[in-house]
Amino acid sequence: MSKEIPLWEVFIRSKNGLEHRHCGSLHAEDAEMAMNNARDVYTRRNEGVSIWVVESKNITASSPEHSSELFEPATDKVYRHPTFYELPDELKHM
Amino acid sequence: MSEAEIKSLEAQFDAKIANDQKIEPKDWMPEKYRKTHIRQISQHAHSEIVGMLPEGNWITRAPSLRRKAALLAKVQDEAGHGLYLYSACETLGITREELYDQLHSGAAKYSSIFNYPTLTWADMGAIGWLVDGAAIINQVPLCSTSYGPYARAMVRVCKEESFHQRQGYEIMLSLCNGTDEQKEMAQDALNRWWWPSLMMLGPEDKDSVHTEQSMKWKLKRKTNDELRQQFIDQTVPQADILGLTIPDPDLKWNDEKGTYDFGAINWDEFWQVVKGHGPLNKKRLDDRRNAWNEGKWVRDAAMAYAEKQAQRKTEAATAV
Ligand SMILES: [Fe+2]
Ligand SMILES: [Fe+2]
Repeated sequence: MSKEIPLWEVFIRSKNGLEHRHCGSLHAEDAEMAMNNARDVYTRRNEGVSIWVVESKNITASSPEHSSELFEPATDKVYRHPTFYELPDELKHM
Repeated sequence: MSEAEIKSLEAQFDAKIANDQKIEPKDWMPEKYRKTHIRQISQHAHSEIVGMLPEGNWITRAPSLRRKAALLAKVQDEAGHGLYLYSACETLGITREELYDQLHSGAAKYSSIFNYPTLTWADMGAIGWLVDGAAIINQVPLCSTSYGPYARAMVRVCKEESFHQRQGYEIMLSLCNGTDEQKEMAQDALNRWWWPSLMMLGPEDKDSVHTEQSMKWKLKRKTNDELRQQFIDQTVPQADILGLTIPDPDLKWNDEKGTYDFGAINWDEFWQVVKGHGPLNKKRLDDRRNAWNEGKWVRDAAMAYAEKQAQRKTEAATAV
């Protein structure tokens, strides 16, 4: 077979109230088969109540080379954190 | 990139690992790091996959439904472990097909212990107890290895392994509490699996080429000899509970060191098996190749089905 079987990323919600989390990847021919494989590979011990599968080629990822321009601007904005504000010790409930 | 630039990237990279930071797939990494990880992770994946064969041999002949369900679940877990690890390996820029090719052509290695035959039901007990036991000792430190996808796969694997060892030990326990013949069968299995299990933890430190670099990259946290000693020290008391004898006349407790002394390992046998001359090397690879080749029509059919479904969807969409 010349064609590679597509790669999928698997996200599992472990219980209601929690977000779906990436847990790994797998190969499958289409979404339905990816879903069936994800159930067998990643939820053999009740690890999940809900599964998302996303074909890997549809994910746009940031590149580590651009990390500084993406994330550094946030590091000097200490005023976004509550501890930046100096208030008297006797102040309560704040 | 100039040589000086690469040197400085390498220094940053080493510092990152020394600080317990993880390396993720898209991060810059030295070529040697990538290659070494592809080799180790794929060997590990192949071992999980080939490791299904010796136990698969007994699924249809398990002595009870309880044992059969447990063995089936264990073998299915090993398939899962192989899949987690292949996926982790692919993040380093190699395809699944290339990895399978390396296994099927004999270019890649897998754990030499799976080239030994499983002659009796007691072997299912001995494998779970000893082989999965040795694997756990190898794998637990890898949960904190430097390459993120490998470390995460190992966390999943380790969570599942403890059932493997416990179901094996339970098999041994039932046989040892059974008839004389059953107990003899358990002893025979221990006799055959003991030494290969010790070899499974790798060559002695003085003959091990990769250790120093692997320690730096946290592909190894303890040396082979340390792991082997740990395995022996924890396994001997387990054999005592079963009332079985470890097949090593030189095995004895060393009060001063607080560990067991043990006899010489037959490393000639180990290297023979690694080089392909073990009892079942040929059969294991043949079985893998056959499974792959005879499964081709299934993969082709699945692909054809997926294409047809996709085509129908676009036709239905344009017809509206
Ligand atoms: Fe495993
Ligand atoms: Fe296992």
